[in-house]
Amino acid sequence: MLLIPCPYCGERPELEFRYGGQAHIARPENPAALSEEDWAGFLYMRDNEKGVHAERWRHVHGCARFFNVVRDTTTDRILGSYKAGETRPETLR
Amino acid sequence: MSDAFRTASGGRIDRARRLAFTFDGRALTGFAGDTLASALIANGVHLVGRSFKYHRPRGIMSAGSDEPNALVTVIRDRARQAPNLRATQVEIYEGLTAISQNRWPSLDFDIGGINDRVSPLLPAGFYYKTFMWPRGFWEKVYEPRIRAAAGLGRVPEGPDPDRYLQRNAHCEVLVIGSGPAGLAAALAAAESGGRVILCDEQNEMGGSLIADHTSSIAGKPAAVWVAETLAQLTAMPRVTLLPRTTAFGYYPHNHLGLVERVTDHLATPDPGQPRERLWQVRAKEVVLASGAIERPLTFPDNDRPGIMLADAAHAYVTRYGAIPGGRAVLATANDSGYRAALALHEAGVEIAAVADLRQAPSGDWLDAARRAGLLVETGATVTGTTGRMRLASVSLARVDGEGGVGGTREIGCDLLLMAGGWTPSVHLFSQSLGKLRFDETLQAYVPGAAPQRIRVAGAAAGIYDLGSALDSGFSAGAAAAGGDGKRNFVVVAAAADTGSVLGSLPHDRDPTKVRAFVDFQNDSTAKDLKLAVREGFRSVEHVKRYTTTGMATDQGKTSNMPMLGILSEAQGKTIPEVGFTTFRPPYTPTTFGNFAGTARGEQFDPVRRTPTHAWAVSQGAVFEDVGLWKRARYFPQRGEDMHAAVLRECRAVRAGVGIFDGSTLGKIEVVGPDAAEFMNRMYVNPWTKLGTGRCRYGIMLREDGFVMDDGVVGRLAPDRFHVTTTTGGAAAVLNMMEDYLQTEWPDLRVWLTSATEQWAVIAVQGPAARAVLEPLVEGIDLSAVALPHMALAEGTICGVPTRLFRVSFTGELGFEINVPSDYGQAVWEAVYAAGIPHGITPYGTESMHVLRAEKGFIIVGQETDGTVTPDDAGLTWAVGKAKPDFVGKRSLSRSGMMDANRKQLVGLMSADNVTVLEEGVQIVADPNQPVPMSVLGHVTSSYLSPSLGHPIALALLAGGRARHGETLHVPMPGGRSIAVQVVPPVFYDPEGTRLNG
Repeated sequence: MLLIPCPYCGERPELEFRYGGQAHIARPENPAALSEEDWAGFLYMRDNEKGVHAERWRHVHGCARFFNVVRDTTTDRILGSYKAGETRPETLR
Repeated sequence: MSDAFRTASGGRIDRARRLAFTFDGRALTGFAGDTLASALIANGVHLVGRSFKYHRPRGIMSAGSDEPNALVTVIRDRARQAPNLRATQVEIYEGLTAISQNRWPSLDFDIGGINDRVSPLLPAGFYYKTFMWPRGFWEKVYEPRIRAAAGLGRVPEGPDPDRYLQRNAHCEVLVIGSGPAGLAAALAAAESGGRVILCDEQNEMGGSLIADHTSSIAGKPAAVWVAETLAQLTAMPRVTLLPRTTAFGYYPHNHLGLVERVTDHLATPDPGQPRERLWQVRAKEVVLASGAIERPLTFPDNDRPGIMLADAAHAYVTRYGAIPGGRAVLATANDSGYRAALALHEAGVEIAAVADLRQAPSGDWLDAARRAGLLVETGATVTGTTGRMRLASVSLARVDGEGGVGGTREIGCDLLLMAGGWTPSVHLFSQSLGKLRFDETLQAYVPGAAPQRIRVAGAAAGIYDLGSALDSGFSAGAAAAGGDGKRNFVVVAAAADTGSVLGSLPHDRDPTKVRAFVDFQNDSTAKDLKLAVREGFRSVEHVKRYTTTGMATDQGKTSNMPMLGILSEAQGKTIPEVGFTTFRPPYTPTTFGNFAGTARGEQFDPVRRTPTHAWAVSQGAVFEDVGLWKRARYFPQRGEDMHAAVLRECRAVRAGVGIFDGSTLGKIEVVGPDAAEFMNRMYVNPWTKLGTGRCRYGIMLREDGFVMDDGVVGRLAPDRFHVTTTTGGAAAVLNMMEDYLQTEWPDLRVWLTSATEQWAVIAVQGPAARAVLEPLVEGIDLSAVALPHMALAEGTICGVPTRLFRVSFTGELGFEINVPSDYGQAVWEAVYAAGIPHGITPYGTESMHVLRAEKGFIIVGQETDGTVTPDDAGLTWAVGKAKPDFVGKRSLSRSGMMDANRKQLVGLMSADNVTVLEEGVQIVADPNQPVPMSVLGHVTSSYLSPSLGHPIALALLAGGRARHGETLHVPMPGGRSIAVQVVPPVFYDPEGTRLNG
């Protein structure tokens, strides 16, 4: 079970969280302006990273906040976390 | 009789406490401290089981958790029958009853033994090759018989009466294994003052030192040092010692699963104690000191009862005082085999020969053996054995350096000791995602780089020498606790050796006739592995699965390395080139009870009950599970089945009035200055112009344009919406709303609150609904003008504050009374009492389904399946076309979403007006088309309509709206088909006059 560092609550066991998919997939400002291909890309295309991956988690059984976590998918090592809306820190690349 | 095979004294058994037990009904005795295996050996019992596939007679090979052969069932009573336990780990208690497995009618005479004679028919992967014809026989004839003949013990019938508890624990250092390295590590870690947990799978701590009476540590005999160290650790309050506790799983972030066997070793367990306790340990640091496992040798007929690992035989004699044979031969690849031979020799066992596989061995142990008068042959090997129920003789031969074999001779013996070298127990390290490195000197895999906070010490790291193992443990323990302590333990011990063999031993026998077992438990042989290579299997993972080598309940503890050696020879590759298979949890078989803990029966899942649950129970309601909720499905009166009850309930609603508990509906309060804008973005509907005190049927899409949820939304104030969701969708809807609010539109001033549990919802539906409620409400005008369909009002009912919705999921005049949950049952009972003069009838979810289907109202998840758009469901009217954007809007204009031939919601009527279709059946145009037919759609809901007196169905049908009036067909099993007519989906009161009444 992962130990996830919630930026608001600190480290908590994975049981308290819900996974939220790849991070930094922003909803387009004006979806109507997108081509079918671009919209499909937003809907369906995600990285399948082997290695360091920025992903969203929600502390659903805690503060209920969404936030971002950088995790190495090969070892499950968590490099760090930061709040939703913040840019990924250089130290977590 | 029982003591015929006991040493006169010594060992860790309590000779003052004799314990009676039975094995296959035979009354035997042993001593406290015996395992079932040691007690059987002390009774001269060596035939313990039959093998998995060939039903070969098998005995006891090891003395620990690596045992592949001696699997037994231990029976306490009818419900407590634990199969597949390793006799080497079962502690005996007074009255223990054990039976052997996989034999019929008896262990000595086993019909299944025929498999051994027909073994040429059963090579690796036989189930892919033979027994293929005639077609159809596999499922009906071959597989059931093969399954019955193969196998392990039987699971007990009936539920497990034992209790299993679980606890979480945290520590600075978890030490796994209490041998020399583990004890030294615990000692060093404990000195730091942090929390230390030391666990060991055995009943007694000390690991290899338990049976070591030749070594000394710090000037004391090893056993004394162990006792003193344990006393020291026990006295430290921050140290937890867990014997009989297996670390079975190593999970991410140093989260480990430990199972403590609390009562299995007791004759009369304390009923207050659980059978097992699962420890979920989050350790800052782990020291793995899990030791090493001795390798068996791979030679023809190496599986007979009486063929044993040398270290196991040593343990039986020194630890248990149990003598495993009268006349023994040692086949060894290293020095440690000599230690066992000498211990047996001292105990009076005749050592008939020592076959040392090495050409020119030397050293202290060899000298000691020669001094003791043992006959040592170097450059010698075993080429075969005889003896069916127990070993009778072994064939020894000379090997030259080039692998040539000659000068075979047969030696009578009843015990053969195998010493093939050591395999570090790296299972948990591997589970922690640690990388393994092949050590050429040790001819073994040892721990390499570790991604988690783990250190490996002692034999598990390939450090076999006692002094070095202690030192490595101490520094690992100190470092794990954040220090840099070192200690040089002064030991007197024989030098450790590193000799080992991999692969099969050379022999001069006909290779097509002999079998050398590699995985004893799964009966896979060197021949099977070579066959797999000849058949083209290259990846070790494929060979493993094809031959099932290493896939038995012992997870290949004794077979993995021999397998790699044989593959290396057969493929002409080095061991690292052959590769390595993956170790997965659990390290040893672990009970389901351990994982389930108290989450069983009523505790399996939380149960959600509505405020009127007790009332419904008192009325004899039949309940159904909807998610975690218990919902009343129908309220049968005397003698009624569901069909009759639903008929009566539906008619009552249409003719008079019904009462229904809708409390399970999800409720979300959406509040804030931007609430309407937020709703505009989340739902397809327009909300800006919805007046206060009005409701609207809302549809929520996923971003991909498919219907995710629906529900009535009421506007309580310009900045306040009362949103309802489906019962099952409540959590997901709130999660999605929060997602958008927190991450996409954090600028919106909106707050979301789940209110599902705060409101009881009492639906009162039917032409008499208004008459029932009017006397009960205050401050609310229920008239059609003041409170039309899709309006809401706040006021009180029976003196309780209410949000009263004029809504209908039945097609009748209807109200949904929301009151605080605590008042739910009281208000319900008051409404029910007021309704009695009007014939008020409680109805359940089944009638609710039928009533709404008559009206063509969809249920998300029944009429929708994640591929249905609002237009597919006939709900285009709800979509706010003028809105610039909402979740899912862009997807609705993708070309595929606008295809006129998409599946659309329609009604179906059976042409015979009698047949009720099955839900889920497929719809075709031509019933005579050969299979596979072109499917046009499927039935989503189907009932006999009580209001109309004939069957009705809802369906999703390709281009369905253009097909009204067509006759289509529903093919059924057996070539029959049912003709159906396509109609609009609203069957009852299509004008909606009743609803607006």
